[in-house]
Amino acid sequence: MLELIAQYPVIAALVALVGLGAVFGALLGFAAERFKTEGNPIADQVNAILPQTQCGQCGYPGCRPYAEAIANAGEAINKCPPGGEAGIQALADLLDVEPIPLDEEHGEEKVKAVAFIREAECIGCTKCIQACPVDAILGAAKQMHTVIAAECTGCDLCVEPCPVDCIDMIPEKETLQTWHWQLPDPSAYRPEIIATDQAPARDRAA
Amino acid sequence: MRRIYDFHGGIHPAEHKHTSVRSPIAEAGIPAELILPLLQHVGAPARPVVDVGDQVLKGQMIAEASAFVSAAVHAPTSGTIVAIEDRVVPHPSGHSAPCIVLAADGRDEWIDHAGTGDYTTLDRGALLNLIRSAGIAGLGGAGFPSTVKLDVKADTSIETLILNGTECEPYITADDMLMRERADRIVEGAQILRHLIQPGETLIGIEDNKPESLAAVREAARDCGIEVVAFPTKYPSGGEKQLIEILTGKQVPSGGLPADVGVICQNVGTAAAVRDAVLLGRPLISRITTVTGEAVSNPQNFEVLIGTPVSYLLEKAGYRPARNGRLIMGGPMMGFTLPQPDVPVVKTTNCILAPSPAELPLPPPPQACIRCGMCAQVCPASLLPQQLFWFAQGKEVEKLESHNLFDCIECGACSWVCPSSIPLVQYYRASKAEILQLRREHARAEHSRERFEARQERIAREEAEKAAKRAARKRAAEERAKGTAAGGPAEDPVQAAIERARAKKAAQQSAGGEDGPGELEKLEKAVVTTRKRLETATAKLEAARAEGSDLAEALQTGVEKTRAKLEAAEQALREHQQVRGGAPTEAPPADAAQAAIERAMAARAAESALDPREKARLQMEKLRERLQKSQARLEQGRAQGEEEKIVEALESTVARLQEKLATAEAELQDAEAAR
Repeated sequence: MLELIAQYPVIAALVALVGLGAVFGALLGFAAERFKTEGNPIADQVNAILPQTQCGQCGYPGCRPYAEAIANAGEAINKCPPGGEAGIQALADLLDVEPIPLDEEHGEEKVKAVAFIREAECIGCTKCIQACPVDAILGAAKQMHTVIAAECTGCDLCVEPCPVDCIDMIPEKETLQTWHWQLPDPSAYRPEIIATDQAPARDRAA
Repeated sequence: MRRIYDFHGGIHPAEHKHTSVRSPIAEAGIPAELILPLLQHVGAPARPVVDVGDQVLKGQMIAEASAFVSAAVHAPTSGTIVAIEDRVVPHPSGHSAPCIVLAADGRDEWIDHAGTGDYTTLDRGALLNLIRSAGIAGLGGAGFPSTVKLDVKADTSIETLILNGTECEPYITADDMLMRERADRIVEGAQILRHLIQPGETLIGIEDNKPESLAAVREAARDCGIEVVAFPTKYPSGGEKQLIEILTGKQVPSGGLPADVGVICQNVGTAAAVRDAVLLGRPLISRITTVTGEAVSNPQNFEVLIGTPVSYLLEKAGYRPARNGRLIMGGPMMGFTLPQPDVPVVKTTNCILAPSPAELPLPPPPQACIRCGMCAQVCPASLLPQQLFWFAQGKEVEKLESHNLFDCIECGACSWVCPSSIPLVQYYRASKAEILQLRREHARAEHSRERFEARQERIAREEAEKAAKRAARKRAAEERAKGTAAGGPAEDPVQAAIERARAKKAAQQSAGGEDGPGELEKLEKAVVTTRKRLETATAKLEAARAEGSDLAEALQTGVEKTRAKLEAAEQALREHQQVRGGAPTEAPPADAAQAAIERAMAARAAESALDPREKARLQMEKLRERLQKSQARLEQGRAQGEEEKIVEALESTVARLQEKLATAEAELQDAEAAR
C-alpha cells in the first residue's frame, strides 16, 4: 500500500482527494435532507416586520405575499406605506441592505385611521364586508353594517366598494393613553460651544 | 439595631425642605368648583355613577372602580354635579380627559358614614372591600390602587411590610408634616395593614433629615411591634426598590414585584388614608399637598380636597405670578410642568412647586456626551445611562431592552449630574413609550395577521365545499343520463313530466263533452253501419238492374232512403264534433296563424303546379285589377281636388302598374311564342 503510494504519488493524491470529496459530499447531502427547514424563515421574519394591515398598497394581495416576494424574488423593501420609514429601516436591518426612501407610487405614510360607517346611509349591500381583509365589518344583507374599531387595520379597502360612499376613514386621535414623551430634538438648541458665537447675540440684546 | 444597607448610586441635591415646614398643615377650604378626573390612578378609569344635576353629599361615591386595577372617586364636599366632560388634567401631555365637575354648595354636608369599631373581627375580603370602595390609590406618587398591592396571593408569604416615609425629593414635605402631626393615624393604619397582610415584621422607614417626624412616629409606635428605622439621606432612597434594599438588603429582580422577595411597600399617607377608611368610614377625598417655591409668599402644606384647582390652592399660599417661571406638579426631579394652573389636585399630587426663574432655571442647551460615566455612578438601578442614551438616539430597541431600560425609575439622578446637561430622562421616557407602542402595534399586527389568515382559510374552505357540491351534482346528472340511455325512459323527469301533462290533457278533453265519449262513438258507429248498408243496398240494386228484375225500383227507393240516413248520421256526427269545440281532430284556435301560413303555402303550391303561361295570365289579371283600382282612386282624387302630393303619388303608382302590366304582357307573349 505504502509502496503503491510512494510509486504513484500523483494518482494517490487524486484518489485521496476524490475520496474525501465523495465522503464530505455524501455527508452534506445527508445533512441537507435530514435538517431541511420547513417553509421560508426569511419570509416569516419579513412578514413579522410588516404591519399586517393587508391593505394591498404594495401591489400584493396581503402582507404575506409581499413578504415572500421580498424574501424570494428580491422585491424592493420600500413599497409598504403603513409600515413607513421605521418599517423600511427594520427590513433593511434584517436583510442587510441599504434603507431606501418610501416609494411614492404606492402611497404615503399616513396617520393610522379607523374606518367608520355612517350607519344611517348604509344600504346593507355587504360589499365592504367582502372587501375587509380581517373580517372587521359586521352586518348582513339589507342590514346595517358597522366596523369593529378594535379590529380595523385602517387599510382603506372598504371605502372604494361602497356604492353609497358612506365609509369615512377617521384618523386616530391622540389620547391620554396613547400620548407619550418624544425624544428631545437636538436641533431645537443652538449649541454655543465657541465663546465668540455668543458675542453677536449679546450685542443685539444690548 | 437593624442593619442598614446601601443601594448603588444616588445623589444629594439641595433639599429646600425647610421653607414649607415652618407652619402647620392648613385647611385649604372648599373652592367653588371641584374637578374630579375619572383617571387619577394607574389602571382603568372609574365609571361615573351620578348624572349631571344630581345633588351629592360629601363622601358619596360618584364614580366606581371599573376593573380590577381601578379606583373609585368620591365627592369631596356636598354640592351639585354640573358637568361630566373632558377637562384639562394634570398630565405632561396637557390633554383633556373625562372629569366630573362638582359645584360646591358650601354646606360641606357629610353622607351617613360609620367606621368599623373592631376591624379585627372583619375577614380579609371585607376589609379589602372597605379599602377598595374608599378609592384609595397610592398617595406616594404613582397612584397604584392600594388593594391590588394588598391583595397578595395565598401562596406568597410576606415577610416584611414597609411604610415609606422617606420623601427624598427636594422641596416636598407633605409626608414629613403628616408624620409630625398625625403619627398616631399612620401607626393605626400600619396596624390595620399588618392585620391584613400578617407580615413577619412591620417597618416604617424615615430619612434622617426629618428628626421631628422620626421622634413623633417613634413615640406613636412605641410598644406595638412596629419598628421605625432611620437611614441616611440620599436621593432617591424613597424609590420602592431602593427603600426595600436599604431596609432588607434584598433586591427586587428586574421586571419583578416587591412581593416576589416577600415585601410590600406602602406610603405613610396611604396608611393614614386606610385608617380613615376603616376606622371612620371616610373615603379618600382629601390629601396633604405641599405648596412651595420662591413664587409663593407662604410656602406650607395644605389639607386639600381632591379636585381643588391648583390656581385656588396657589392663591391660598400667596402666589405671585410675576415671580414665577413655571408651575411644576411634583418635585423638581420627577415632577412635570403644568400646562395651565386650572388643573385639579389629584390623589397623587404631593407638591405644587412655583419656583422663580433663578431658583430653578431652565436647563442649559445640551452638549455632546463626553463619556465621563458620572451618570452610571449615580444610577440607583445600576444601569448604564450613557449607553442607553446612545441607543435611544439610534432607536436601537433591542439594545435598549437588553440594557434593562425598563428598570429605569426615571429618578433624574443621571440628568442632574450630567456635565453636558443632556436631558437623559427624557430620552428614556420617550424610548420606553416608543417600545411600549411598538409592542402594542406588534401585538395588534399579530392579531390582524391571525384574523387575515383565518379569513383566507375560511374562504378556501367555502370554495372547496362549493366545488365538492358542484362535482357531486355533476356526477349525479351523468349517472341519470347513463340510466336513460340504457332504456329507462321513466327515469327521465322531463319525459315523465311531458307524459303526465299529456295524460292530463287527454283526460280533460274526454271529460269535456256533457255526454262523453259514448255519444260520439254511437254516432260514428251509426255513420259506419249506415254506409255499409248503403253499399250493400247499392250493390243489390245494380245486381237487380243487371238481371232486369222488377225489384229494382223498390231497391232504388231503399238505396235512396239509406243514403238520406247516412247523410243524417254524418250531419249529426259533424254537429256533435262542432259542439265539442276542442275536438281532437280540429286545430286549436291559437294556431290560426299557422293555418293561414299553411293556406298560403297550399295556394303557392297550387300556383307552382300551374304551367308558366297560366301563371303569367293570372298575374296579368291581378295587375290589371290593381291598375283599374288605382286609376279609379286617381280619378276620385282629382275630382275631389286632393292635395297635389297625393295626386302625384297616385299618378306614379298608376304609371308603375302600367309598366308592370306591360312587362307581364310581354312575358305572356314570350311564353306563348315558346309554345
